[in-house]
Amino acid sequence: MRLKLFGNGLISALALAASIGIAEAKTDIIVAMQLEPPHLDPTSAAAGAIDSVLYSNVFEGLTRFGPDGSVNPGLAKSWTISEDGKTYTFNLHDGVKFHDGTDMTAEDVKFSLDRARGDDSANAQKALFAGIESVEVIDPVTVKVTLSEANSNFLFNMAWGDAVIVAPETIADIKTNPVGTGAFKFSDWVQGDKIDLEKNPDYWGTPAQLDNVTFKFISDPTAAFAAVMAEDVNAFVGFPAPENLPQFEADPRFQVLVGSTEGETILAMNNKLEPFDNIKVREAVAHAIDRQAIIDGAMFGYGTPIGTHFAPHNPDYVDLTGLSQYDPERSKALLAEAGFPDGFETTLKLPPPSYARRGGEIIASQLRAVGIETEITNLEWAQWLEQVFRGKDYGLTIVSHTEPMDIGIYARPDYYFQYDNPAFQELFAAITSENDPEKRSELLKQAEEMIAKDYVNAYLFQLAFPTVADARIKGLWKNQPTQATDLTAVVWED
Amino acid sequence: MKIFLHNRSMLPGLVLTLIFTGAAIVSLVWVPYDTTVLNIAERMKSPSLQHPFGTDQFGRDILSMIMVGARTSIAVALVAVGIGMLAGVPLGLAAAARKGSLLDEVIMRMNDLVFAFPSLLIAVMITAVFGASALNAIIAIGIFNIPVFARLTRGAALTLWSREYIMAARVAGKGPARISVEHILPNVTNLLIVQGTIQFSLGILAEAGLSYVGLGAQPPTASWGRMLADSQTMISLAPHLALFPGLAILLTVLGLNLMGDGLRDVLDPKLRRSRS
Repeated sequence: MRLKLFGNGLISALALAASIGIAEAKTDIIVAMQLEPPHLDPTSAAAGAIDSVLYSNVFEGLTRFGPDGSVNPGLAKSWTISEDGKTYTFNLHDGVKFHDGTDMTAEDVKFSLDRARGDDSANAQKALFAGIESVEVIDPVTVKVTLSEANSNFLFNMAWGDAVIVAPETIADIKTNPVGTGAFKFSDWVQGDKIDLEKNPDYWGTPAQLDNVTFKFISDPTAAFAAVMAEDVNAFVGFPAPENLPQFEADPRFQVLVGSTEGETILAMNNKLEPFDNIKVREAVAHAIDRQAIIDGAMFGYGTPIGTHFAPHNPDYVDLTGLSQYDPERSKALLAEAGFPDGFETTLKLPPPSYARRGGEIIASQLRAVGIETEITNLEWAQWLEQVFRGKDYGLTIVSHTEPMDIGIYARPDYYFQYDNPAFQELFAAITSENDPEKRSELLKQAEEMIAKDYVNAYLFQLAFPTVADARIKGLWKNQPTQATDLTAVVWED
Repeated sequence: MKIFLHNRSMLPGLVLTLIFTGAAIVSLVWVPYDTTVLNIAERMKSPSLQHPFGTDQFGRDILSMIMVGARTSIAVALVAVGIGMLAGVPLGLAAAARKGSLLDEVIMRMNDLVFAFPSLLIAVMITAVFGASALNAIIAIGIFNIPVFARLTRGAALTLWSREYIMAARVAGKGPARISVEHILPNVTNLLIVQGTIQFSLGILAEAGLSYVGLGAQPPTASWGRMLADSQTMISLAPHLALFPGLAILLTVLGLNLMGDGLRDVLDPKLRRSRS
């Protein structure tokens, strides 16, 4: 009797297990990344981690980036451009609602663009909006943007995470409770741990396949490795320990995607601080650095050497690595010419990513070989943004600039590396207003060359973007045309 | 001397301690390879004749790193113990000499206060506020050594204060300060040496722990704890990267503890008699 009972129990348990298996595919996902956003407003901070969580998932702009970097229609379903290239008329999708239930109309577009370009705007990429002369509401689904000059980049600019459409009603709390129009809505943020998103049932476009999304923040590479191995997370975007990738590749449970990014990794020099205000010193630093050693040593071979601040996969890229070849002897000679025959001492402040921490040790050793002593300080991101990015209190630092087409930062004299060259600022203004693709390309190449010849920074390598994910997940972005973890098309497959 | 070497834990403890202090001292004048020069082409090589312990992820010789790391660890632990002794012993002597007085109360309650905090947390706090460096690690570890020595000294001194020869010294007109220095201190030295050895090994562990979380000595100074932390993600690729610093910490701490044990047996006459 007992045996029989046990048998029945077993059968029903099996049946239950089977029915769970047959039930629909998983609809929740835990995506890990290294950096936690400082707050949740993509329109008022430079921190890429904000876009990594929210771009396209929660917030959308008039246009949006596709996985290949192309600019596609977003909230605007179509647009017309006037003959002179100065007027853009956007036709918005009908019936788009913010997550709080209010309608997204042309008024919201006007509000967002005016807010971003306003005098008191805290937007980190104000240059994107600089050419806008006026934004006019024609009717609730039509908005007309007039530029002061033709700008070939305008649609591209509007796809940035900094140009997403926000609502005036919810702007006050956007840093802790972001309300957008995307396929997911924000649900919870446990600081230091995770951000939860849930499916937006009223989404205007193709609804997301996932019901619940959790972004987990794991900054420590060892913990990252353990979390993926133990399957505590379903995917890790921007996996920080490249040395572990071969191991994941060999494991059938996982898929490894190594994509390209817009991340120019540079050894930034404080151009207004002695002795880096001397171009000879900057050139000496550039020649002291062996890029391949850094790519091999810090990134285990993942990365492409660059000689200027431009992504190598871009058709307008010029290979200028020859200008700053590894040549310690030349570096020493340059230092002597600059008045530092015995070298000098400076600070090297490193943010948390492994490219910076490991790369920093390698660079310190390479600089020591030519007589430049560096005092290494490891900083957390908040400290780095405070001391280096805003405070400009540093000599050298290593960071990856992950925004697309961001050579324009060299036209901003108050940017953290403080490169102030009127010639470059003029050149960049010319690039922005140039509509002819060929001439534009020519000017871009000039710009690349100018910053390389001025040795503004030491250009190291283009950051590779490794993603480790459960082998059953489909639809993740491989490349990073902008900082984003677009989960709107992600689905579990069996 | 014979007693020293016949003691079961003394000999291995002494040998291990001598090996690591020896390595640290040698590293002051000579190491097989410069640990501040990276050689990426030679990275993660397995142990070989050129590199007996192999090379790390930056192509540095691990044997040289261990030697320099021994210097870092020993220097930090030694100075930390020194701080503890220099501050703790006088406090303990003073508290014992004025037993029951306000001074005694203040000193001992302050000790209780320091004891009440988890030491590693305070160390993390100190390095977080004043920046991570070997010096701040020394201060953090040193502060927690003070009450250990103060209590030990006071406890031992109190039993001595009731002895006849102390009474004789008082009758002879010596003041408490002089008695403490001339009669009490020499008689608690044995205890202090034993405790010092134990604290020394704890100091090495604490330094390794702080470096492991990135709050100890900063690169390029080699440190066992940081070597362990850096090699963690590579443990499946090149286990020797973690193995050697791990062994170094283990063996040094083991050696010091064995030596401390042995010293206690040798220096405490009561224990010696009861064993033989």
